[in-house]
Amino acid sequence: MGEVIDFEQLDEHQQMEKVDEIIEAEKNTDGALMPILQRMQHTFGFLPEPALKRVAKQLNKSYSEIVGVVGFYSLFSTTPRGKHTIQVCLGTACYVRGGKSILEAISEYLGIGVGETTEDRMFTLEVARCFGACGLAPAITVDDNVHHRVKSTNIPEILERYREEEEEDT
Amino acid sequence: MLTAYINNQEIQVPEGTTILQAASQHGIRIPTLCYLENLQAIGACRVCMVEVEGARNLLASCVTEVKDGMNIKTNTRRVREARRSVVELMLSAHDGDCQTCERNDDCELQELARELGIRELTFTGEKRVKIEDNSTPALSRDTGKCISCQRCIAVCNQIQGVDALAPQDRGFTTVIGPAFCSTLDSVACVQCGQCAAVCPVGAISEKDHVDDVWDALDDPDKHVVVQTAPAIRAALGECFGEDPGSLVTGKMVAALRRLGFDRVFDTNFTADLTIVEEGNELLTRLKQTLTGDGQAVLPQFTSCCPGWIKYMEYFYPDMLENLSTCKSPQQMFGAVAKTYYAEQTGVNPENLYVVSIMPCTAKKFECEREEMTDSGYKDVDAVLTTRELGRMMQQAGIEFDTLPEERQDSPLGNSSGAADIFANTGGVMEAALRTAYEVVTGRELPFDDLRVEPIESLDGVKAASVSITDPVEEWSFLDGATLNIAVAHGLENANKVIQQVKNGEAEYHFVEVMTCPGGCIGGGGQPRFTDDKARQRRIDAIFKEDEQKEHRKSHENPEIVQIYQDFLSEPLGHKSHELLHTEYTEREVM
Repeated sequence: MGEVIDFEQLDEHQQMEKVDEIIEAEKNTDGALMPILQRMQHTFGFLPEPALKRVAKQLNKSYSEIVGVVGFYSLFSTTPRGKHTIQVCLGTACYVRGGKSILEAISEYLGIGVGETTEDRMFTLEVARCFGACGLAPAITVDDNVHHRVKSTNIPEILERYREEEEEDT
Repeated sequence: MLTAYINNQEIQVPEGTTILQAASQHGIRIPTLCYLENLQAIGACRVCMVEVEGARNLLASCVTEVKDGMNIKTNTRRVREARRSVVELMLSAHDGDCQTCERNDDCELQELARELGIRELTFTGEKRVKIEDNSTPALSRDTGKCISCQRCIAVCNQIQGVDALAPQDRGFTTVIGPAFCSTLDSVACVQCGQCAAVCPVGAISEKDHVDDVWDALDDPDKHVVVQTAPAIRAALGECFGEDPGSLVTGKMVAALRRLGFDRVFDTNFTADLTIVEEGNELLTRLKQTLTGDGQAVLPQFTSCCPGWIKYMEYFYPDMLENLSTCKSPQQMFGAVAKTYYAEQTGVNPENLYVVSIMPCTAKKFECEREEMTDSGYKDVDAVLTTRELGRMMQQAGIEFDTLPEERQDSPLGNSSGAADIFANTGGVMEAALRTAYEVVTGRELPFDDLRVEPIESLDGVKAASVSITDPVEEWSFLDGATLNIAVAHGLENANKVIQQVKNGEAEYHFVEVMTCPGGCIGGGGQPRFTDDKARQRRIDAIFKEDEQKEHRKSHENPEIVQIYQDFLSEPLGHKSHELLHTEYTEREVM
């Protein structure tokens, strides 16, 4: 997967050019809608409304129907995603060992709900159902890293590490 | 033929018959909710479940075909309990304010709960997402009452090809609605109200304007006149328990007088006026094209139907010039009421309040169009559907059965049979032919009893040709010409005709389109439930009305002759252009 293009940094003309390029690439495949949406999700990290309207127009499909498809699949997102995705496990083992209070603590610390992204576009918060780390519950992942036996009090320390890394990179 | 057994009764059905169809054909009732005749069998609601010997689970009868030797039971304890559970679950999530709901006493969910003997709610808990949407002039939505049966989606997509509605989100938080659960004004909705016509509950209905009309009637300074569309008289009786197709013209007039309207007029009058104007417009277009006197745009499309107009403005803005410039009969009525009628009677048009009774929800949108003020005032002040009139009569304590038969007032109350048939698919075309043919040839339209049968059926697209021979002097250039006509109802069918025209597959001169299946008699504001049987009965009733009229052709209506003498001077004249004709605007789909 290539670098995510920041949709909102493009001007309107560039946005539509990019969107048309994606539509054009899949337009002639059977059931083109899903591959187009997937490509777009990969390219922009989310599905911007103007892009969805463009898809509706180019495929001659109803906007309501397309947005309905987007809403049905959890892999699609209509809000920009953060640089890092946090997943809090609420599978049985993590749940009984306090996964829910971990989720609440992260939500409170970042000031966002499930499915939302922080204003600085650093983190997106999601829930998951078990990533096989039941013995180390409660667990969360940030991108591909698993953090075990998380305590509410450790949350700031874990998350700030990612923020610092970003700052070092820039 | 297959042999099977339903409740031990041997039945024989052709291959491909569903259990639901087989049961219905043999007088066995299976309750349904999401099912729609000819359109939707998606097995979504599970209310029609039956027990089939050898099958592990209960099966949805609407999507299960009968197999040879199948042993089906529709009324076992297991079936009854399962159906009951399914409906109880719906009720548990449903915003059930039945006493104050518009659908109280006309609700399929309520009826089902009664039929299944549900006496208490076993499940309590979360309710559905509730979004109330009054963003458009014609329709109200309340997603808290929705049961996700998807009937509205089926008609909006398959019948109308408009696709304004789709399931948004997923699981328990599913909302049936426009993109992003937004309001209806955010998408290309033509306001036809077919969604409201098929909704089994109170999730989509017409925006209620009954109280506005009561306010006007109670205002001593207002002179309130009412017009009724042709289709009302063949359906209003259904609001009072009569069968579809009961013709109640006289009682309808009597009821409107008892409600307090100062004058009871008829949209039929302006339907006749429409024919004279629109017929002449067609002949003018033909003349321009055939005599080389400028190239007129053909085919001419009818313009009586506001849903169809809005559809064209959204989806075919390049063809707006094909639409007749004639306003709809409703809007012509408003414009002449507040000018001609006001002048004749000395009523100050400022105090004149015009109410329409329409089979249609889109008429509520139409009267709000900003260009519909050619009288100098809002031409039509309020529109009620047939259903709303029924409710108003109930509120007034009117006993329908005991009403006498009365007649409309003059000078906007008389009409020909040609005006009556505006209610039916094919009717506007037939009415136009009755007049145009006679204008051109000086002879009566050469069809048995003036009935153009090839365009009267419930087929989606109908085409016919009329040959013109031996015309009168003025129209001599039409000698030997053949007029090709087409009639479509349901916008998806209209779309087929548009494609034929665009691809050059057909050369039509005149095309009638009505948005709702069956025409206005099947409108989004008619009493529920409208199926093909109800449509056909209402159509038959309208033809009965036509046949018993003194005049059968619009141009023979003496009140029409009068209005041209006293006020309009001539068809397509200066005053007509000012009051009776209009223009259209392109609309953004998103």
